[in-house]
Amino acid sequence: MDHSQSIAANRLPPDVLARNFSDAHPPLTAAQAVIEADRCYFCYDAPCIEACPTGINIPGFIKKISSGNVSGSARTILESNIFGGSCARVCPTEILCEDKCVRNTQEDRPLQIGALQRHATDWQMQKMKQPFARAPLTGKRVAVIGAGPAGLSCAHRLAVHGYDVTVFDARPKAGGLNEYGVAAYKLADEFAQKEVDFVMSIGGITIEADMKLGRDMTLASLKAEFDAVFLGIGHAGVRALGITGEHLDGVRNAVDFIEELRSSPTKSDVAVGRRVVVIGGGNTAIDAAVQAKRLGAEEVTLVYRRAADNMSATTVEQEWAQTNNVTLRYWSAPVRIDGDGGKISSITFARGLLKDGRPVYELGEYTLAADMLLKAVGQLFLPDPLVDDEILIEDGRIKVDAEGRTTMRGVYAGGDCTAGEDLTVAAVRDGRNAAEAINADLMMVGN
Amino acid sequence: MADLSINIAGICSPNPFWLASAPPTDKEYNVRRALEAGWGGVVWKTLGEDPPVVNVSSRYGATRYNGQRMAGLNNIELITDRPLAVNLAEIKAVKKDYPDRAIIVSIMVPCVEESWKRILPLVEETGADGIELNFGCPHGMSERNMGSAVGQVPEYVEMVTRWCKQYTRMPVIVKLTPNITNILNPARAALRGGADAVSLINTIQSVVGVDLDAMAPMPVVGGLGTHGGYCGPAVKPIALRMLGEIARTPDTSVLPISGIGGISNWRDAAEFLVMGATSLQVCTAAMHYGFRIVEDMIDGLSHWMDEKGFETIADVTGRAIPNFVNWNQLNLKFKTLAAIDQDSCIKCGLCHIACEDTSHQAISKSLLNNERHYEVIEEECVGCNLCAHVCPVDDCITMVPQPFDGVQTWTEHPNNPMRKLPAEAG
Repeated sequence: MDHSQSIAANRLPPDVLARNFSDAHPPLTAAQAVIEADRCYFCYDAPCIEACPTGINIPGFIKKISSGNVSGSARTILESNIFGGSCARVCPTEILCEDKCVRNTQEDRPLQIGALQRHATDWQMQKMKQPFARAPLTGKRVAVIGAGPAGLSCAHRLAVHGYDVTVFDARPKAGGLNEYGVAAYKLADEFAQKEVDFVMSIGGITIEADMKLGRDMTLASLKAEFDAVFLGIGHAGVRALGITGEHLDGVRNAVDFIEELRSSPTKSDVAVGRRVVVIGGGNTAIDAAVQAKRLGAEEVTLVYRRAADNMSATTVEQEWAQTNNVTLRYWSAPVRIDGDGGKISSITFARGLLKDGRPVYELGEYTLAADMLLKAVGQLFLPDPLVDDEILIEDGRIKVDAEGRTTMRGVYAGGDCTAGEDLTVAAVRDGRNAAEAINADLMMVGN
Repeated sequence: MADLSINIAGICSPNPFWLASAPPTDKEYNVRRALEAGWGGVVWKTLGEDPPVVNVSSRYGATRYNGQRMAGLNNIELITDRPLAVNLAEIKAVKKDYPDRAIIVSIMVPCVEESWKRILPLVEETGADGIELNFGCPHGMSERNMGSAVGQVPEYVEMVTRWCKQYTRMPVIVKLTPNITNILNPARAALRGGADAVSLINTIQSVVGVDLDAMAPMPVVGGLGTHGGYCGPAVKPIALRMLGEIARTPDTSVLPISGIGGISNWRDAAEFLVMGATSLQVCTAAMHYGFRIVEDMIDGLSHWMDEKGFETIADVTGRAIPNFVNWNQLNLKFKTLAAIDQDSCIKCGLCHIACEDTSHQAISKSLLNNERHYEVIEEECVGCNLCAHVCPVDDCITMVPQPFDGVQTWTEHPNNPMRKLPAEAG
């Protein structure tokens, strides 16, 4: 271990790294699952269902755990959400289903819906078998761009309906943000790849890796070859801070740091600073900060422009960072990054407050010494590969109707490249719904 | 401080809580532990003639409900499988050390006068306070013409009771089986035979469940199952009704009652007392949690009696009996309406769906300020209580009595073809 370097890999022994990046929230035991499932009131018109973007019949699947019908439980989940396994792990349930559990009102302790969902979907995935079969083949083919949750959810539903689907992805591995963009301890043990395999096991889905829209193919060529095209191309861009010093060594995009971590089997080759500052307020900021700490950074400070309430990372996520010894500083806007010999040495922030309903930064400045800065101030949809096409981009995202149709006939879109919450579960819903729209539209054409 | 001591048919105990004749009272070791824990008495597990019976391995099956263990318990164990002399010696030793507790001995021997004549003096010699005739065991022993095979034939009940009264000075409690159509028939037979008291209910014939792998009723004994006797919290409603029937019927109401059937806490105990019991017998709850449960039973009953101003158990016994009537005595003009406390409603929708699907469509579902809202439609509500039972929040749904005008029972109702108008009735 080399402690002299300001940024270095291998700061912790391999066994500590392995522990730090293993499953952060281990699964419920069978006994725990049944005890927890028995707490469900089996509400009618349950508020939790409404709070789930994919509309999983939550009381239905929980009741089946309680009765010992785990197979039926998994099917109930997966027929609404084929990514039920990863959603069980990465969903901010505290602001979705669990937030709406009626037990909150009664006793301030909701059902552990996410953990129960994991229990049932894990059971199914261990069988290495899908509970679904394909309809008779339609003979039609659909291209899906992007092998993330939106694209694969779309591909799966289309495969179920009897379509053959080719999924193109710019990266070497399928999975999208599940594979590259989420903290390792949330989807431990190669879960993202296992889930991709599980989704693919329906049959009829082919993945073409290292194929980038605009570079290796165009929308026009795909339209000519396929009966329909679904765009699940996510965010390709990252917002900059727009301050001086961003070019200095040691300044990185948090998404790149997370991707490097996810691509490393042992984490021992991922370099991290001794004093790390993360700027941002979302889950990417939290994931970057906690993982930097768990890689062996001595001090990690997460700095956000506004108050805790304004962060898109939930309270649970913020507390997770705090229990991981990350210091959270609010109401601080980055002003400049200073360097020494081409390397970052410190970041200066302006202190702010809310004044007449607007944030103003007039309470003076402070400086944090840092040898690594991870920027997590937002990701952007980059419309570049689509500029020549007649697809309307609105407010920086592809415009779609309620079923996922773009303004170009035969082209559909969903997930982070369209408007709405940037959540895995929302992307899964978008892909699924677009598949239903594609099926409906192509059936109509067929007639 | 309420006085919990009782005297039932001349048998005294410092509190009404006895352990029923069952596995917990099979031998001296258990009984001593029970008496140390504070139980007022025990009914020693049924003695029979030598050679003793043989019991099978795997003896209990249980009902689970939504995670609740032992909501009902089913057993296929027979009477004591130890030699008579061993039991008698232990009973004698225990009674000597615990003179203030009630030690009652349960007996089951063949329905032959000689058999009863032979065993009664042996039991009397132990110093026991009384005997309980096991006419209830519904499995195994009944195949040998004992237990419920006797209890189901009132003539036999009367006959054996009479023998016992003839051959012992000890008070005789007749334990009744619920596996009959009318509990009053064996109760009257016991009365005719001279019984000093009755105890009820014994266990109910049951198949508690089926092992779907073994394809056999539970508990499975070497691939086979048999029916057993059902007890525990699940049978309490059946017991309360049978107790009340005996307590409210004029000729049988003279019989002191030892109540049995799913008593698990002081509240159950109070319910059995007000439905006519003087002493209370417990088994399943003790088998579930151990003898220590008696502490809260005593304590809780005592506090409740203080709160209600009851000084003795005699003040409590039978309190609810005047209000336990036939259906045709209920006032058809009385009406309650469900009322939902919106502040404590957690929006689970269970009241709505229960009423909508299975009752009277009297709870509406709507959105109010973007929140689920459930409201009683008073014109449709018949006051059935279903919503209040399904609601998971205590006191969220209450049944509010409405003003009513006079009394009209079915006896007088115009829809009753058999009605007697007051004039005709006279």
